[in-house]
Amino acid sequence: MSLWSRIANVFRGDRLNREIDEELESHVEAAIEQGRDPAEARRAFGSMLRHREESRDMRLIPWLESLRADATFGLRQLRKNKVTSAAAILSLAVAIGACTSAFRLIDALLLRPLPVANPERIYDLSRQGIGPEGAPQTFDGWAYPNFQLMRAAVKNQLELIAVSYAEPVDLTYKSDEEIEKAYLQYVSGWMFSTLGIKPALGRVFTENDDLKPGGHPYAVLSHDYWTHRFGQDPSVIGRTFRMGNDLYEIAGVAEAPFTGTEPGTMVDIFVPTMMNPAVIRKDSTWHRTLAMVNAGAALEPIRQKLDATSRAFEEERAKGFLGMRKEDIDHYLNQRVLLEPAASGVSDLQSETRRPLVILGVLVALVLLIACANVANLMTAQASARAREMAVRVSIGGGRWRLVQMVLVQSAWLALLAAAVGGLFAWWSGPFVVSMINPPDNPARLLLPADWRVLGFGLVLALGVTLLFGLVPALRASSVNPVSALKGGEDPHSKRRLMHALIAVQVAFCFLVLFVAGLFVTTFKRLSHQPTGFSADRLLVLDAVTKQPQPLEFWVQVAEHLRSVPGVETVAQADAPLLGGNSWNNFVSINGGPSNGILSYMRGVSPGWLETMKIALIDGRDFRPSDTHPGSAIVNETFAKVYFDGVDPVGKTFDLATDEGLRLRYQIVGYVGDVRYRNLREPILPQFYVPFRSVDASGAPRKKGAATLLVRTSSSNPRTLASILRQEVPRARSEFRVSRIRTQLEINQSHTVRERLLATLALFFAIVALLLAGVGLYGVLHYSVLQRQREIGIRIAVGAQAGGIARLVTMEVFSMVLLGAATGVGVGMVSVRFIESLFYQVKATDLQMLAPPSLAILAGAFLAAVPAVIRAVRIDPITMLRAE
Amino acid sequence: MPKSDSLQGSLDLLVLTILSRRPRLHGYAIMSAIQSMSGEVLRVEEGSLYPALHRMEEAGWIHANWITKDSGRRARMYELTAAGKKQLGAEESRWQTVTSAINRVLRTA
Repeated sequence: MSLWSRIANVFRGDRLNREIDEELESHVEAAIEQGRDPAEARRAFGSMLRHREESRDMRLIPWLESLRADATFGLRQLRKNKVTSAAAILSLAVAIGACTSAFRLIDALLLRPLPVANPERIYDLSRQGIGPEGAPQTFDGWAYPNFQLMRAAVKNQLELIAVSYAEPVDLTYKSDEEIEKAYLQYVSGWMFSTLGIKPALGRVFTENDDLKPGGHPYAVLSHDYWTHRFGQDPSVIGRTFRMGNDLYEIAGVAEAPFTGTEPGTMVDIFVPTMMNPAVIRKDSTWHRTLAMVNAGAALEPIRQKLDATSRAFEEERAKGFLGMRKEDIDHYLNQRVLLEPAASGVSDLQSETRRPLVILGVLVALVLLIACANVANLMTAQASARAREMAVRVSIGGGRWRLVQMVLVQSAWLALLAAAVGGLFAWWSGPFVVSMINPPDNPARLLLPADWRVLGFGLVLALGVTLLFGLVPALRASSVNPVSALKGGEDPHSKRRLMHALIAVQVAFCFLVLFVAGLFVTTFKRLSHQPTGFSADRLLVLDAVTKQPQPLEFWVQVAEHLRSVPGVETVAQADAPLLGGNSWNNFVSINGGPSNGILSYMRGVSPGWLETMKIALIDGRDFRPSDTHPGSAIVNETFAKVYFDGVDPVGKTFDLATDEGLRLRYQIVGYVGDVRYRNLREPILPQFYVPFRSVDASGAPRKKGAATLLVRTSSSNPRTLASILRQEVPRARSEFRVSRIRTQLEINQSHTVRERLLATLALFFAIVALLLAGVGLYGVLHYSVLQRQREIGIRIAVGAQAGGIARLVTMEVFSMVLLGAATGVGVGMVSVRFIESLFYQVKATDLQMLAPPSLAILAGAFLAAVPAVIRAVRIDPITMLRAE
Repeated sequence: MPKSDSLQGSLDLLVLTILSRRPRLHGYAIMSAIQSMSGEVLRVEEGSLYPALHRMEEAGWIHANWITKDSGRRARMYELTAAGKKQLGAEESRWQTVTSAINRVLRTA
């Protein structure tokens, strides 16, 4: 016999009883067989029941046994009130599910360490200073030559790793007919050994794979990519793919689950940093720098060394800065190198969604608290209905702790069932929310493992919830005074006071959730209705690529061919779409003077682009096919404001300084309206457009290997033309391919994805919160009417009017609602200050932001009160008084 | 826990001793054996025997299994385990220590 058998015995209590009884019985029979008198033998044996209980306690674990009994009893109690139990479980389940889901997201994106050796020793290097626009900024992009100097400087203390910003690239495995997208990250060859990542197949890179610029055309696949693209085919080693002009050979597969250092992007292919063309450029900051610090190393001396090295590099480089003001150069040089912990990796998604996720986390926590308050009220009401039962238990010797345990076990049932349903909800909703984080054609990809971390969180949550809503009712139930309870005269107000306090808390939380949701919804609305200055209707954006850079004439031919496709209205070319994420900028100098320190943003566009984009031409003309870059420019209103005091600048000139130290002169031929260039939030940028036809220093036209074709269609759903256009492009010229088709509308909407996500989720939680608070209010009113039926009956009998009864029933609760709402307003006004940066053209103090949630809560409270009031007014005094 | 009986805590020792001499006995037989071997001096309070037996069983000193008697009734038979033998030795020496100590007190008085 062991602990195990004692645990097992708990769950076969009846059989154990029978066994013990049989043994005791056989003793008496043996006595009788020995010739003893049956009555005497039984008397001598003593109380069979007592001995059985004693033996039983020996052979099982008494506390576990009582727990089991309570669990059975609790489940029976829940089954007895099916509807209320289901309501409680469902509301808790939604709340627990939302919480777990939020935790999964936050954990996967922000908390979970990278699956590498010693993630806690990884730091991210960034620079903090004053940006070109005068605002403080932190940026973690580095130029490779600078990285090499820094690595050499701290070689003995720590290892630095370069990892590029992971990005989708076009590549082909077989023929060029089949271009596909994959996420690619340039990484230092020694990254794998430094992070302790082993090959699952073939080999991973070493330092020797990352020595000579352009000299190591090898690739390592991520295990995930190998699985979904190649079905784990081992013969993938040695296969080649083409990316741009380079042919890469697959050298190996990295072991799972490593998929790069950017949570939110799963890297498919790793290639050595030396294969990035920018690796020799001092002016291109294209990669992050991660530091693998030795355990216990002092960071500050290392940081200072890195700072000094980087500064020396930039000072050398700044000698070549032309056209930049002295103070901008100083700001640039005075940047401070920072070393920040990056155990969970670094990604833009992390920094962009950290605050939104935390806010959503707070919102779901509030919803959970509202649900808890509901269940607590439900349990209190049930406990008071069971006051007599409790009193009987106390009077026949049930211990108080035993009663607390009994009620708590029932709460635990609720919480566990809710956690199970909520777990399913979280399992479904987590990936769903992730898919909403980024634009639909480029969703965030995040591993969302449901492992012990998530399970543990769910269990802790269930336990916490049990204590939160179960403890007070349990303590109250156990403190029952048997004498007064059995007489039926316990103070009924004490329970109601607790319930009313909980109503106030619920309403305050509910107001908060509604208020914040309203702010997010308004932000989303205002932002998505921002005028862009161009028309996105019926506009398709085709990213076209060619195997080798092609002469401009061919690009013109392709555009010409597309114009002949039925359903196409106009076609234009540009180096990139507006709002597409590419930005190209420079300092402008007027009349050969120094720059005013404001960056101007550029875009290369073909003749007809203005018409295709429907951008208003204020003065001057569109580009002609003969215009070249450098040479002609079209500028926008903000450009005229910033550089020409708002005077029509057509006919004037300006200069750009290049890194090579040349000055390029542009004549302004056109003056156009403002458009959104980079995003929807910032003020309009000064912009100028240059001809798509660019020429080199000798005046010869440059070839182009990639550009954007903008196609205005006549169909209201431009997507219907997408597949035709994809085929027509190579038909026009066989060197051309379409690598990606988007609508301009999708591009515009991608700028409000975060706001839409916040607005959608916050709205969902607001509805849930309102619903839960309404149900809670209804429950409490219903309960208080039931409890006061006798009093109400008497009042009606002595002539009280319906209005008076309604007031009597709702007065207290409504004052609680008002108190809660007022608290909510106060807390809301204070707390939204912390999240103001997420809002757009929305002020938390606006009446129009405060009114809707208040009205919604009042309306909800009113609706919730109606059934109880009707019930109270309809009480028939005669039946009521007779019943007593 | 075991109720006080006339044997004052020595019940375990007696049961273990009986079972070490005569394996496989049921409860009534153990009780009768204690009575007869002590010359009818020691009487086990009948009902209290079973909680004690079950306690020793849980402790792993004795082991029980059901047999079917000729009469068709079932009886639960106990026997000593290896751990029980060790326990018997310990109980015995404890008993010796205690009784000799008590005797010493009685002699000096």
